[in-house]
Amino acid sequence: METYSFLRQLADSWFLLAMTLTFLGVCLWAFRPGSRAAHRDVANSIFRNDDRPAEDHPAQSRKEA
Amino acid sequence: MQPRIVNGVADRNRQDEGTQTMWDYLKLAGLGLVAVLAAIAANYARDLAYQVNALTVMLAAGIAFLWVLRTAGDPKPDLSHEYMDGVVRAGAIATTFWGVVGFLVGVVIAFQLAFPQLNFDWLQGYGNFGRLRPLHTSAVIFAFGGNALIMSSFYIVQRTCATRLWGGNLGWFVFWGWQLIIVLAASGYVLGGTQSKEYAEPVWYVDWLITVVWVAFLATFMGTLFKRKEPHIYVANWFLLSFIVTIAMLHVVNNMAIPVSIFGSTSVQVTSGVQDAMIQWWYGHNAVGFFLTAGFLGMMYYFVPKQAERPVYSYKLSIIHFWALIFLYIWAGPHHLHYTALPDWASTLGMVFSVILWMPSWGGMINGLMTLSGAWDKLRTDPIIRMMVVSIGFYGMSTFEGPMMSIKAVNSLSHYTDWTIGHVHSGALGWNGMITFGALYFLVPRLWNRERLYSLSLVSWHFWLATIGIVLYASSMWVTGIMEGLMWREVDANGFLVNAFADTVAAKFPMYVVRALGGVLYLTGGLIMAWNLWMTVKAQPAKSPVNANNAVPAE
Repeated sequence: METYSFLRQLADSWFLLAMTLTFLGVCLWAFRPGSRAAHRDVANSIFRNDDRPAEDHPAQSRKEA
Repeated sequence: MQPRIVNGVADRNRQDEGTQTMWDYLKLAGLGLVAVLAAIAANYARDLAYQVNALTVMLAAGIAFLWVLRTAGDPKPDLSHEYMDGVVRAGAIATTFWGVVGFLVGVVIAFQLAFPQLNFDWLQGYGNFGRLRPLHTSAVIFAFGGNALIMSSFYIVQRTCATRLWGGNLGWFVFWGWQLIIVLAASGYVLGGTQSKEYAEPVWYVDWLITVVWVAFLATFMGTLFKRKEPHIYVANWFLLSFIVTIAMLHVVNNMAIPVSIFGSTSVQVTSGVQDAMIQWWYGHNAVGFFLTAGFLGMMYYFVPKQAERPVYSYKLSIIHFWALIFLYIWAGPHHLHYTALPDWASTLGMVFSVILWMPSWGGMINGLMTLSGAWDKLRTDPIIRMMVVSIGFYGMSTFEGPMMSIKAVNSLSHYTDWTIGHVHSGALGWNGMITFGALYFLVPRLWNRERLYSLSLVSWHFWLATIGIVLYASSMWVTGIMEGLMWREVDANGFLVNAFADTVAAKFPMYVVRALGGVLYLTGGLIMAWNLWMTVKAQPAKSPVNANNAVPAE
């Protein structure tokens, strides 16, 4: 098969399916159990470290605190 | 003399200094070489645009050479405990400056359209509409918008990664490289250097320079992400990264061209005909999708929650917004080529994806607006929030209008009319402009460590001037666009066209004047902002320093 027809067929069959599934997978992944806490943490991350960079391991020290 | 505390440390310092000196020599040699080559190129130049560009490069390389020479051997203190805000400050100045310049050129060409006498005879070939139009579009998109994006990217990625910008002075290279590109492109357009691709007018060697600077931008951004001290990558960075990566891809593919001579600005595109048209609008629409949408959404997802002082409404929605936008936008380009030589299936594909795109766009709009839920009272007291909310409102409006116009039946009326120009400007002035103004008002007091803005009532003036300006602009373009479309297709009982093209031009005159006045209001707002930001820095004392980073804005 010539390249054009091959790519054309791939694009509207398997590759389309793969991309749709990837997209749906990504959306479902956002709703995985335990994502709520992670999302709350990252949504609030913009309110930290406004004035200067964090010390070396802020994630750990936050957990310890 | 350096005190020798520990042998190992002193050795390492000496080694670092050696590397530093070596690096300075290399930079000097490179810049000297560029200056000499540019001088040679200017001498052999085949056209004026190329010659002026070569001289500009020579001058820029010369200035950079002197600067490296004078700062060579200066001690390089360890700044890893501070954010690199100097380059963001420079970005804020550049954004304001190019914004005002771009709006001004826009007003000029709007009046040129209303009053053709303003295409003065003595400016033919330099200052007529055809030469100034790309100057306006590039100035507002790439100079104003581009600087706003680079500035915001550098600010946001540092704050959300809690680490200094990666790459030492690479950020400065990106900033100055971008300014050089703007100057080369702008002076080139006026002198006739263009490859005639809409929104991608810069000639082949400027395109190469753009590629180099853009890769440096990507490296700076990615490098900072890699060394982040926050466990997660905040959603704004996703949008900004997708904007940087996609623009790199679009730019390289759309600008595949073979120069006619290395001493001239003319080049020949590798593709031609309908393929070239499709690549051009694949580029053109995704420049809107990733430069003017994804990039500015990155700004929205940072600055709106920060100004509202509450986290984004739904982080999950922002993730879905992101992926839906990424998966859909790239297919929408063919809607620019309805009823052309493009195969039917391709333009139908473009139309369908454009219509679907409406959903994630409104998801993003809802997410931005609802971030204010519980804080709506701020709308009354905080003109900056008001600006951001109107900006998101215009994002919603133009992402509804766009899908509608991409439907073939609607497009047959709207295409080639001023409706398109109205649509573009409600997005550009409303969404991109307003969110950038909001970001500037947010950033300037923080970057220069001032207590507050010079005047909130001036912000309100700016807000109303800009909003009324946009309303005048968009509504006059709707009226004239639909009128024009209807006049073009009007046929009499025998099937003959009723109107000549010149009839539509004559009928558009009042709307053109209203549009130009809208532009004047928007420009006035921009000038008021520039004054307000200038006075914020100039007329107010610095806050007492909180830490080393806040102390001196004299980087």
